[in-house]
Amino acid sequence: MENEFLMDTGNLSEQALAKKHRLENDPSSRTDHMEYMEDMDRIDPGIREAVLFEMKNYDYDKYTARDVMTALRRDKCGVEDFKALLSPAAEPFLEQMAHKAQIETGRHFGNTVYIFTPLYIANYCNNYCIYCGFNCYNNIRRLKLDHSQIEHEMKVIADSGIEEILILTGESSSESPVEYIGDACRLARKYFRNVGLEIYPVNVKEYKYLHECGADYITVFQETYDTDKYEKLHLLGHKRVWPYRFEAQERALMGGMRGVGFSALLGLADFRKDAFATGMHVYHIQRKYPYAEMSISCPRLRPIVNNERISPLDVHEKQLCQIICAYRIFLPFAQIVVSSRENAGFRNGITKIACTKVSAGVSTGIGDHESKYTGTCSEESEGDEQFEIADARSFDSMYADLSDEGLQPVLNDYIYV
Amino acid sequence: MNKDKLVIQGHEFDSRFILGSGKYSMDLINAAVRDAGAQIITVAVRRANTKKEENILDHIPEGVTLLPNTSGARDADEAVRIARLARELGCGDFVKIEIMRDSKYLLPDNKETVKATEILANEGFVVMPYMFPDLNDARDMVNAGAATVMPLASPIGSNKGLATKEFIQILIDEIDVPVIVDAGIGRPSQACEAMEMGADAIMANTALATAGDLPAMAGAFKLAIEAGRKAYIAGLGRVLTRGAQASDPLTGFLRD
Repeated sequence: MENEFLMDTGNLSEQALAKKHRLENDPSSRTDHMEYMEDMDRIDPGIREAVLFEMKNYDYDKYTARDVMTALRRDKCGVEDFKALLSPAAEPFLEQMAHKAQIETGRHFGNTVYIFTPLYIANYCNNYCIYCGFNCYNNIRRLKLDHSQIEHEMKVIADSGIEEILILTGESSSESPVEYIGDACRLARKYFRNVGLEIYPVNVKEYKYLHECGADYITVFQETYDTDKYEKLHLLGHKRVWPYRFEAQERALMGGMRGVGFSALLGLADFRKDAFATGMHVYHIQRKYPYAEMSISCPRLRPIVNNERISPLDVHEKQLCQIICAYRIFLPFAQIVVSSRENAGFRNGITKIACTKVSAGVSTGIGDHESKYTGTCSEESEGDEQFEIADARSFDSMYADLSDEGLQPVLNDYIYV
Repeated sequence: MNKDKLVIQGHEFDSRFILGSGKYSMDLINAAVRDAGAQIITVAVRRANTKKEENILDHIPEGVTLLPNTSGARDADEAVRIARLARELGCGDFVKIEIMRDSKYLLPDNKETVKATEILANEGFVVMPYMFPDLNDARDMVNAGAATVMPLASPIGSNKGLATKEFIQILIDEIDVPVIVDAGIGRPSQACEAMEMGADAIMANTALATAGDLPAMAGAFKLAIEAGRKAYIAGLGRVLTRGAQASDPLTGFLRD
């Protein structure tokens, strides 16, 4: 599958192109993805070892319809039940799973659905992740907003009514250092009630600093928990180090953050195992840090329409729904976020079952909120987008749609203390 | 029944139904207040910390006392800060202390709650602590200045009813401030049962939020709570005792 992602875009020197090709074709030219780099915090590996062990031993083919029915009957979903609910044997029980998930969602969240928007402030990246549009070899318009540009974007977003913001950068600690991100957090505190970050993983003391700057939630996508597959997809840069990324949430909590977000990009590897590992990651972090607030995002690589070959990695809407229901039943207290990569119909349906958080007014480009929200700015000053979104609803229309569905949109449920 | 009032630190209420507001919309809150005849509604300060037009603080239904809660607080210090913020926001002096160090079950931390109770009571708040029904902790809260205690019936949102029944009964028997049963009440019959036991009031949120017809369910709770209260005042159980007394007394043979 990896080869499908590989491509050369213009502007690379001969030397750079040679390095790129060597990385792609010669595994021995890459660093050990399980070894920490020198400046990286090392923490207790207990949770990491547990999740990898459990994932390795998860054989989803051994679960039967009977196991699924037992899981659905149980008042409290255990690890074995979670395994059964993620297995192929559970696919015929999707409707029953949805009903159970809906009940759990109601118990913990009532009718509420939280709305937020992401803000990309820079798209420089030092990593070569072959499936990502921001990767360092990709010839895109790079941009990093300065202080006043960030403030301008924030004003535009805040004026639309949004109160929770998720600040994102590409993964470049040299172009977007922690101080730069901290400055953005301080600005965000002026315009928003709730500030979250989705940035490259950092050390405990840097999370502590960012917390002091006003951020309280950290989301890190692990992409895949399959370390061998991870190695083949993340060829260069800090992000290549799998354990350091895995431990980001724990370091963030050690740094004083209130909540952490988790995610596998479903479809990169065996999605059932990745979904299982994501759930277990949350499960173990919750047991060790019981006060922490948890959230799970559920992005997927969408199967290609009219693709004749049926790939076992393909995550269709049914499978995505199964995974989300299994997350909800196993981890009823966790926020579940569904990406704007999904279309409006899917997002509407899944928010009635299990999803409790949606983005609205989304742009994955840099510095283009004014043009997207009002249609007034030129394209010249904008950086390219990370991925295309499928649900482009504005804040107002998302708010109205949720209300029409009988749901209660929540703009903020948080105080920085 | 008109003279049977719920008295919280000198404040009198006719209704014994406290409505949670965190899980449904303003329209439904208004309808529930109307159909439940509620006079106290709780509001999470962190939820009221919003600019949007649907902010409950700007639309408090007439005759309703707001009971801001400190949800989101992980220790006494955070609860105190949130309570002070509630006062600044114009929520008045009532405060429901909620301190959770557990995001899975949202179980209250009694020790931290005692600490926060003392600080806030000294600052003139009417302090209503949400708590796990432990008699010693309840006494500490009362000694620290709590105006009520609010023991949980079962885990919040679980709609499982009076899982802690025996322990709530002990609080009702031993604690001199109102005992308001909070969390886990899923059905009107469970609310009625708690009131029959002698609870002073009931608080519910999820049971309404997840009902098919929210205002109608609010009305059902109102009736159940009133029925339970009447039964308690009427002296539940003594009816049977009196029946037994009506037959020949067991000690009738005694001659002097």
